[in-house]
Amino acid sequence: MNTRRHLALAFALLLLAGTAEAAQISDLVQTNTWEQARRFFTLSDQSVRNALLGSLLLGISCGLLGSFVVVRKIALVGDALSHAVLPGVALGFLWNMSKDPVAIFIGATAAGLLGTAVVGWITRTTRLKEDAALGLVLATFFAVGICMLTMIQRLPTGNKSGIEKFLFGQAAALDSGDIQLMTITTVVTLILVMLFYKELLITSFDPEFARSVGLPIRILQELLMLLLAFAVVIALQAVGVVLVSAMLITPAAAAYLLTDRMHRMLILAAVFGMLSGALGSFLSFLGNNLPTGPFMVLGASTVFATAFFFAPRHGVIPRWWRLRSRVRRISRENTLKFIYHVLEGRGFDGEGVSLEELAERSRCTVDEARLLVQHLADHRLATLDRDRGGLLLMPEGWRVASSVVRNHRLWELYLTNMAAYSPDHVHEDAEKIEHVLGEQTIRDLERRLKFPDRDPHGKPIPNVREITSRDAAPTPGPQSGYRGRN
Amino acid sequence: MDSLIPSFDFHTVFIAPWTENFALFGWIALMGFLVTVACGLIGNYLVLRRMALVGDAISHSVLPGIAIAFLIAHSRDNLIMFIGAIIAGVITTLLIEVIHQRSRVKQDAAIGIVFSTLFAIGVILISMYAGQIDLDADCVLYGEITSVALEPRVVLFGMQTAPGPILLMGAVTLVVVGLIVAFYKELLVSSFDAGLAASLGIRPSLMHYALMSVLSTVVVSAFQSVGAILVVAMLILPAATSYLLTSRLSVMLGLSVVHSALSTVLGMHLGILLDCSAAAAMVVAGGFLFVLAWIFSPTQGLLLRLRRVDTTDPEDHKETSAASA
Repeated sequence: MNTRRHLALAFALLLLAGTAEAAQISDLVQTNTWEQARRFFTLSDQSVRNALLGSLLLGISCGLLGSFVVVRKIALVGDALSHAVLPGVALGFLWNMSKDPVAIFIGATAAGLLGTAVVGWITRTTRLKEDAALGLVLATFFAVGICMLTMIQRLPTGNKSGIEKFLFGQAAALDSGDIQLMTITTVVTLILVMLFYKELLITSFDPEFARSVGLPIRILQELLMLLLAFAVVIALQAVGVVLVSAMLITPAAAAYLLTDRMHRMLILAAVFGMLSGALGSFLSFLGNNLPTGPFMVLGASTVFATAFFFAPRHGVIPRWWRLRSRVRRISRENTLKFIYHVLEGRGFDGEGVSLEELAERSRCTVDEARLLVQHLADHRLATLDRDRGGLLLMPEGWRVASSVVRNHRLWELYLTNMAAYSPDHVHEDAEKIEHVLGEQTIRDLERRLKFPDRDPHGKPIPNVREITSRDAAPTPGPQSGYRGRN
Repeated sequence: MDSLIPSFDFHTVFIAPWTENFALFGWIALMGFLVTVACGLIGNYLVLRRMALVGDAISHSVLPGIAIAFLIAHSRDNLIMFIGAIIAGVITTLLIEVIHQRSRVKQDAAIGIVFSTLFAIGVILISMYAGQIDLDADCVLYGEITSVALEPRVVLFGMQTAPGPILLMGAVTLVVVGLIVAFYKELLVSSFDAGLAASLGIRPSLMHYALMSVLSTVVVSAFQSVGAILVVAMLILPAATSYLLTSRLSVMLGLSVVHSALSTVLGMHLGILLDCSAAAAMVVAGGFLFVLAWIFSPTQGLLLRLRRVDTTDPEDHKETSAASA
């Protein structure tokens, strides 16, 4: 146990050392990177502790609320809301000319909610669409905020430091008052999300159903907006107005690629949020307090990119791999089917099929046929044996070949007998479905068709069960498999 | 609190910009007007095609292109900056498409992820290489229209003419106007009825990409004066305002030019009055004009709605006016 823990610690340090080195190479800092990293990880500094704690808190609340944003497809509402808080921040600052966390919190929340309300109002009362309404509210509110901010910056009073940090975020500027407020808000958010989890879930996925069971949709929507505003305001100081929306969207979108269950998505999104928050504050600290927000966003984007490529079910690479293996399986099955056809064409006389025969049947060149056969050989379905007349099917290959042919002919028979297709229209359809029919469906088809032995074109339907039971024989007998039927 | 709003002096706010300080404010007003006109004209098509937020995305994501161009060229070479920004704009549209099509992430989230990532990269580059890039992070957000107007004059034909950025912006604006005049019909048809446009032999995707490239160009040339976020307002506000007042595209284009001129002049005075960022003040003035149109629009204003709320169905009205547009 103890060694394992040591190993984990060493590995973690190694990983972090890697990032530290990268930072050094890119010439981030004048001060000693290692010294900075040591200061960060020993948490000896109060400001480091605050920055890290703040990033974790904002990661949790943004991840949770962001999940609802992503599944409800209101990502750009989050964007508008986060830009709209800026005048509220400035007003909160003006309240008593200092960076008072509570005043800024109230001002920012109010401005954000006002912004979303105006968006709703514009879309309801004019013919402008939502995108235009979002864009104009976002930018106009932001402009009002910038006006006020530039006015504040010109003030002679010395206490205005920190207000410009709200644009790009500075986790190191968080003090214990901020952390207290952030903790309270995160806890309130957590409790509200847990209390109304079911209601929020239903209204997010099926508003019609929610209406029919009498849930107060309007109130729930307002609640969500309030919580969203909370999340934005919590993240405001560390991430900055401009990039807060990314902390809502990106971790949640990454989580969305990894799971189909809402509660897992919430947990994953919160974890990803914390991860990117911590990474962002670390890199910003390494870089001598470069703005934190962009680094957090990059951390979140890295998480998203990883999920985008490697997520087991929805990732691009696993999906591509599954598609590729399906395509190759179908190609193998088609080759086996052609070999079966060749053998059948000469009444299963003689064991081997020559490459030329296969090439002619599958309408390709001999070289291409050789590749197909090589592919079969790799999967131990057939061997090429010149002495015994060419291509020999191995037991498994013989089984697959005859089941594909059986699937094809059974389906043709089903379409002509039960679905009243004319026999000359069934081949194309059977070509596709022969690769996907499962055992259970085949049993069912056989039963419905009363265990037929001829397809609509008069060709025999191979009996796979008999063949499979004879698999134990070292040399598969195509003839015996076939003759067993008659 | 007293020092927040400078003491009001009618002469300084309203007369001086047009008389003794004209050398500075004349250029500021011209630059503001050129930016808002170019953005506003393009914005009409964005609003009609419901692509307002694509404008938002592109305006954010050209930043890394500009920053990298600075790092490569070590100067404010306009050509390299344009190339960098257009590449960044194309990458943005491509990435949004890839994420949207290759995963279950919806388009709105894809837009949000892509532009925030690119913008973050741009901000990091700018703050890391602050010494080498002639831009600061705040200027990225709201521009420096005042300093743009003070650039050294460009000498043309042996004469001192306008400052370089203003000449460039003027050229871009002329190109935009020229393109809209030349392709008026094509843009009109493809914006309202993509199916009809295709049947007339106008390729909707071609129009889309052409519009996107013009948009990127306009956004980049406006970047130094108004920054990445305020430009969104300049794209949407004039079009949104005139869309509330008319249903004809030609009138809408004209009204958005009027809106641009008014918001520039009002904004400039507001900026002097409050002594705040001039570009932000222009947007605030534009927002004010939008609110006026929203309340007093003769066909669909809030006042009108209040008066006839019981006689006609607003949804019905919405349909007919959209159809006649």
